[in-house]
Amino acid sequence: MRKFIIGFFLFFLGVQVMSAQKYFTKTGHISFYSDTPLEKIEGHNKSSNCVLDVATGKLEVATLVKGFQFEKALMQEHFNENYMESDKFPKAVFKGQIDNYSKLDISKNGKVTVKVSGDLTMHGVTKKVTTDAVVSINSGKIIADANFNVLLADFNIKIPALVKDQIAKSLKIKVACTLEPLK
Amino acid sequence: MMFKNVLIAATFLFLFSSLSAQEEDLLSLLGETETTDYTNASFKTNRVINLHSLENTASGVLDFKISHRFNPINNGIYDFFGLDGANIRLGLDYGVNDVMMVGIGRSSFEKTIDGYIKYKFLRQAKGKKNMPVTAALLLTSAVNTLKWTNPDIEDLLKNRLFYTSQLILGRKFSESFSLQLSPTLVHRNLVETLAEKNDVFALGIGTRYKISKRIAINGEYIYLLPDQVANGVTNSLSVGVDIETGGHVFQLHFSNSRSMIEKGFIAESYGTWDSSLEGIHFGFNISRVFTLKRKKLEN
Repeated sequence: MRKFIIGFFLFFLGVQVMSAQKYFTKTGHISFYSDTPLEKIEGHNKSSNCVLDVATGKLEVATLVKGFQFEKALMQEHFNENYMESDKFPKAVFKGQIDNYSKLDISKNGKVTVKVSGDLTMHGVTKKVTTDAVVSINSGKIIADANFNVLLADFNIKIPALVKDQIAKSLKIKVACTLEPLK
Repeated sequence: MMFKNVLIAATFLFLFSSLSAQEEDLLSLLGETETTDYTNASFKTNRVINLHSLENTASGVLDFKISHRFNPINNGIYDFFGLDGANIRLGLDYGVNDVMMVGIGRSSFEKTIDGYIKYKFLRQAKGKKNMPVTAALLLTSAVNTLKWTNPDIEDLLKNRLFYTSQLILGRKFSESFSLQLSPTLVHRNLVETLAEKNDVFALGIGTRYKISKRIAINGEYIYLLPDQVANGVTNSLSVGVDIETGGHVFQLHFSNSRSMIEKGFIAESYGTWDSSLEGIHFGFNISRVFTLKRKKLEN
């Protein structure tokens, strides 16, 4: 019985240590860019959630589609109503993994480029996404930046013929997160 | 003893399962941050057809509206089913902020200039703030600038003025269906006969149903309380379709009203929707928006 109790405490200690190895932000900046000769469109969301498990290299990002801000109100309305259908699909989520993960040493400042791959779910469609990401460590914080492209057609987002010259078929997506230890 | 073992096993099982569930979903560690999600796009534009909808022009956006109501369709082929002549209203609507908008317009009918202010005092929302309806107050005034022809009455500005106060109460019930009620008071400083009231009370109802992402069917009906207006005036009934194409909204409709301002379409509609279809007009509103104040986005 005593062994069990000790085991029990050790176990909880383990959980504690593990959770200290998770880093997070609730103010991650996700932006996207659609560049065509006729129109430049960009949307920004600065309240995205991101959690990185330093022990395993697991990474998850989530953002509210309605949280994207645009220069023009009409773009924002059309983005939500016609393209992303944010009432039906309120969130965009990425769940993935840093490939060939070797544990990050948080105590040392530095910068590494890693490959991240995983599932991106938005507009009700899940697709595999792979991208390079730059991970830098600066006084106990992890700064992660990634750029990648997605094809709208992959996510079942249709562009009507009338505006096909104004909206790019492939969007550039930027992710910038500064992660702090999760207590 | 046996029971104890089972208990221990069960505890472990439980702990492990909860732990692995956490492992599965890192994001759940952060919990949900509650935000207020304001409902928007209840209607494609700030008008149902003639009635103001519960939507405002967005903050910093100028909406240029070109509206026509053609001659009655029952004029027949000689008048190209009414298309040979039209009442025109040119209007500018501007969103001052998220809850207030102002507008001006000029109608060819009775050479009338109108202006209004619309203020949303409740916004439909869910999440942190919960509000089932949107409610707005609309105040309009209109001045008739026709040459004065009545020799018995002095030509004073006050004799040319009309005011409307309207409460707009509505809800976007689903992605495609919105409904609103518009109790209205139209005040006319001068009326033609004693039988006509200066104050006209009416209840408007407006609705839209989206049949695709960019096309919606709209309808509106305005019920006039009895014994307030001139003989032969009918309740306004309009049906139409909204087509949205990027920066434009085209509203095409049929209506028994020919005026595009409140005092006209509420208190001076003469067309009838019976089988004779007398005085039914085809018409359109074209809305083109210009973003005057862009939202600042820092990178």
